[in-house]
Amino acid sequence: MNTITDHHTAVPTSDLEPSPGTAPRRTIITAPVNPPTVFATANTYAARTVRKFMRTPQLLVVSSLTSIMFLLIFRYVFGGAIQTGGIAYVDFLIPALAAVSGLFAGGAVGVAEDADSGMFDRLRSLPIPRSAVLLGRSMADTALIMWGTFVSIAVGFIVGFRVHTGIGTALAALALCVLFAAALSWVMIFLGLVSGTAQAAQGISFAVFPLIFVSSAYVPVKSMPGWMQPIADNQPVTAMVGAVRALVLGGDTQALLGHSTTWLVSHSIVWSVVIGGLFATLASRRFAKL
Amino acid sequence: MRSTRTTHQPPSGAPAIEALGLTKRYGGTHALAGLDLIAPAGKVTAVLGPNGAGKTTFVKAVATLLSPDSGQLRVAGIDALADPGRVRRSIGLAGQNAAVEPALTGRENLVMVARFFGHDRTAAQEAAVSVLDEIDLTADADRPVKGYSGGMRRRLDLGASLVGAPKILLLDEPTTGLDPRTRMELWDSIRALVSRGTDVLLTTQYLEEADQLADHVVIIDHGRTIANGTPTELKARAGRDMVEVRVANGADLATVTAILAPLGSEEPRIDEPGRRVAVPVIDGTGRLADAVRSISDRGIELDDIGLRRPTLDEVFLTLTGAAA
Repeated sequence: MNTITDHHTAVPTSDLEPSPGTAPRRTIITAPVNPPTVFATANTYAARTVRKFMRTPQLLVVSSLTSIMFLLIFRYVFGGAIQTGGIAYVDFLIPALAAVSGLFAGGAVGVAEDADSGMFDRLRSLPIPRSAVLLGRSMADTALIMWGTFVSIAVGFIVGFRVHTGIGTALAALALCVLFAAALSWVMIFLGLVSGTAQAAQGISFAVFPLIFVSSAYVPVKSMPGWMQPIADNQPVTAMVGAVRALVLGGDTQALLGHSTTWLVSHSIVWSVVIGGLFATLASRRFAKL
Repeated sequence: MRSTRTTHQPPSGAPAIEALGLTKRYGGTHALAGLDLIAPAGKVTAVLGPNGAGKTTFVKAVATLLSPDSGQLRVAGIDALADPGRVRRSIGLAGQNAAVEPALTGRENLVMVARFFGHDRTAAQEAAVSVLDEIDLTADADRPVKGYSGGMRRRLDLGASLVGAPKILLLDEPTTGLDPRTRMELWDSIRALVSRGTDVLLTTQYLEEADQLADHVVIIDHGRTIANGTPTELKARAGRDMVEVRVANGADLATVTAILAPLGSEEPRIDEPGRRVAVPVIDGTGRLADAVRSISDRGIELDDIGLRRPTLDEVFLTLTGAAA
């Protein structure tokens, strides 16, 4: 909405008058009447963040290669030594990578870069709904996490991963992955905001490693020392990973996972909502005070 | 179809920016220590001060990026502490606190910021075209910014603050780190904007920059305003024109001082290691001619003689009490 279009709608145009399409190249800019909506703002920022990712080979290629390398190392190096009952290790591994690839993605680094470069200062000086900036960031990061997920799944298929159930449950598992990605994106946004510089963000991202490794993501919880099992069993990553596994591998995994599919799916959804809600609140507060 | 830029001006007489007793503390440091500052409407105001004077903190407060601990701040007639959202619709920020995205093209950067100002897609494209033309980047519009030179990035940054047609432009050290030629090019861009009547507040550590661009200069140090006025007024406060002589032979210094003393309105100032003597004078050109005549009559050999007008540097150093 601006006064140029107002003018054109207010005055009847004849064929002789210039239409908006043939307006002179150099128009005089008028201040917009209304500030942008939450949706427009989030979209604009998300589009910019995804574009930046696609056009920066260091981000696009390196992040993909890193996750492929991780996958191959676990598949071929550690996998042989890890006992996963009646399930092939590759089938055990790929759903886990797909579920929590958000914890490996560089979301925190990207956020810290925007804070450091002055991008956030510019945004905060503009007449935008401030909450929409982080919402846009989360949308973009979710998309980028899903890119990593697709890479893992594609390579997974090449190295022997198969879905044991049907297409419907596989799609449901994928939908869960999107939900987890969205929730985990907020964790990374928060970590990026508190770290301030890209380098610090890189370091602070390792803080989530215990969460990943002390879970059923790479090894069955039963193989851990007794005192550690309750921790590993009751943390969000185990629930998320378990839910995706149960959906793509079917009922015969229940003995290994220790819970029913329903239990895992419902717990993983609750965890996602709690984590997403908590970190979105923390991140928004932090953003307001940058 | 004409710009509404001019009709957006605050009521005549109301300053573009008005700060009263602004304070902001970071730990034990007073970044702003009761800053009073008025940026008149329709003018370019330069906030001049050394590193750590509080310039950036002040710009951040005006841009609503931080809220002061106490004091009053009105921007475009709006109470910035009570209604920061409305202030954001009136300002454009460029300089060290703002950024352009290197992975996007110049045009994409401008369209993005235009969307953030609230333009719809079409208007954002039009605004980008117009601003690209204005900052002379049309030819490079569709190249990624990471290939731009430092000067081009600054111009784009400046342009990004313009796509929303803000009433007040905030430029935080717009030319810091640029080479002299690029700096002059950016000055030209800023002058072009100013000629259209946008109110500008710029911060700078360069006295020359304030002198070149600003109608009104506010000198701040340790979070307080220590002087303000037009560049000419401020120069007048540093004293009069000086006749300055540099002798070829240090032994002649005393003789030259004796020649200059009766011409001056004050005692001559002697810089022995520099073989220099300077004296403040009234009627600079007349006294300079006298000095040249008397010195050449005595056959004293000189390296240099000239009439030196006070620079803002001298005002600045006098006022801040820093060593010259």
